[in-house]
Amino acid sequence: MCLAVPARIVELEGDRAVVDALGNRWKAKTTLLPEVKLGDLVLIHAGFAISLVDEEEAKKTWQLIAEISEFDDTPNKLSG
Amino acid sequence: MAAACESLGRQVNIMEVCGTHTVSIFRNGIRSVLPPNLKLLSGPGCPVCVTDQGYIDTVLQLADREDCLIATYGDMIRVPGNDRSLETKQAKPNVKVVLSSEDALQLARDHPDKTVIFVAVGFETTAPATAVVVKEAAAESVDNFCILSGHKLVVPAMRALLSSKNNNIDAFLCPGHVSVIIGYGAFSEITRDFRRPCVVAGFEAVQIIEGLCEICRQLSTGEPALKSMYPAVVTEKGNIAAQKMIDECFEPVDGDWRGLGTIEKSTLKLREEYDRFDAFKRFHIRQSPSKERHGCRCGDVLCGLIDPPECKLFGQICTPREPVGPCMVSSEGACAAWFKYGQEKIRT
Repeated sequence: MCLAVPARIVELEGDRAVVDALGNRWKAKTTLLPEVKLGDLVLIHAGFAISLVDEEEAKKTWQLIAEISEFDDTPNKLSG
Repeated sequence: MAAACESLGRQVNIMEVCGTHTVSIFRNGIRSVLPPNLKLLSGPGCPVCVTDQGYIDTVLQLADREDCLIATYGDMIRVPGNDRSLETKQAKPNVKVVLSSEDALQLARDHPDKTVIFVAVGFETTAPATAVVVKEAAAESVDNFCILSGHKLVVPAMRALLSSKNNNIDAFLCPGHVSVIIGYGAFSEITRDFRRPCVVAGFEAVQIIEGLCEICRQLSTGEPALKSMYPAVVTEKGNIAAQKMIDECFEPVDGDWRGLGTIEKSTLKLREEYDRFDAFKRFHIRQSPSKERHGCRCGDVLCGLIDPPECKLFGQICTPREPVGPCMVSSEGACAAWFKYGQEKIRT
């Protein structure tokens, strides 16, 4: 649950955004990061942008998430 | 790091307080490259794991009500209560997994005939998201929405661990994403009052190792300090808007933690002006005293007193498929990570 995912803001209207990470798009809110702009890279946690993040840091985290997904997809899958 | 540890001439225990660190440490086989006298302890960093049994049982009781919908993050549904989990309840249509607090509020808008109870757990990272929707619900008068706040604060738990007479913690690898919200400055009281190094690190293997090196350097020089090694994301003051959101909706009260007991001002309760969204008040809930499941030693694991394999249930009775304790349920839990990776030395 404490996982946060870097994603780019590709649509923004008020505090409602659509974000993109590695081609996956979903809705998120920017209420907690009022200064955010279209095109910014942000860290999304539980549907909310919580911080700006730089490109290099985002790439590192995407790599880690890809590895954890592999971990979750193994036969001992933890989420059932 | 090796030289620093050797110069100390004793076992050094460093506790991480973040589930994502726990997984990354295992995933990258970091233990295998550490000096022999450096031990990593997985502390109370996984929100599912620290949630006390009394709270879990309360959620399960509420899930029995026909007039309610339970909205929960997916991590929580497999945590066993006394005789079942929300997953066994999920066959019933009144338990809904949500990805965000917004989804929970939307559920309430979509089902005006039901009371939607949001299972609001998590640390400071997640609490602002709950606060936002409570405010939205108040502004829009979504009166069939309420939350069962089990939100927890990390720093009081760290203080409690260091205040316990059994504590064996030399330093903390502080959580990354919690620090995004509270700022690394929040840990200054740990360094000041307990003279323990507090270092914030990122999640990549190199970042974690850099953080551990910094801690060992501080221990060997006898100069505990506060340091962020994750400056791209974590600032000293954190996310002020999010802190303000937490503060406007919640107040810290004494709260129960799994394994750590009651900790002063460690749990977030809705402020009086939001009483009508407080599920504890709406349903007149007096949470029953926390009683852990027989034989389960998740509490000792969370306090860094034992490694998961030292629990008699580990890997035999308690497995990710049939978890007994929450540390085996959550993929961020120490027991699940130990079960998956064991003592693997080599990165796969």
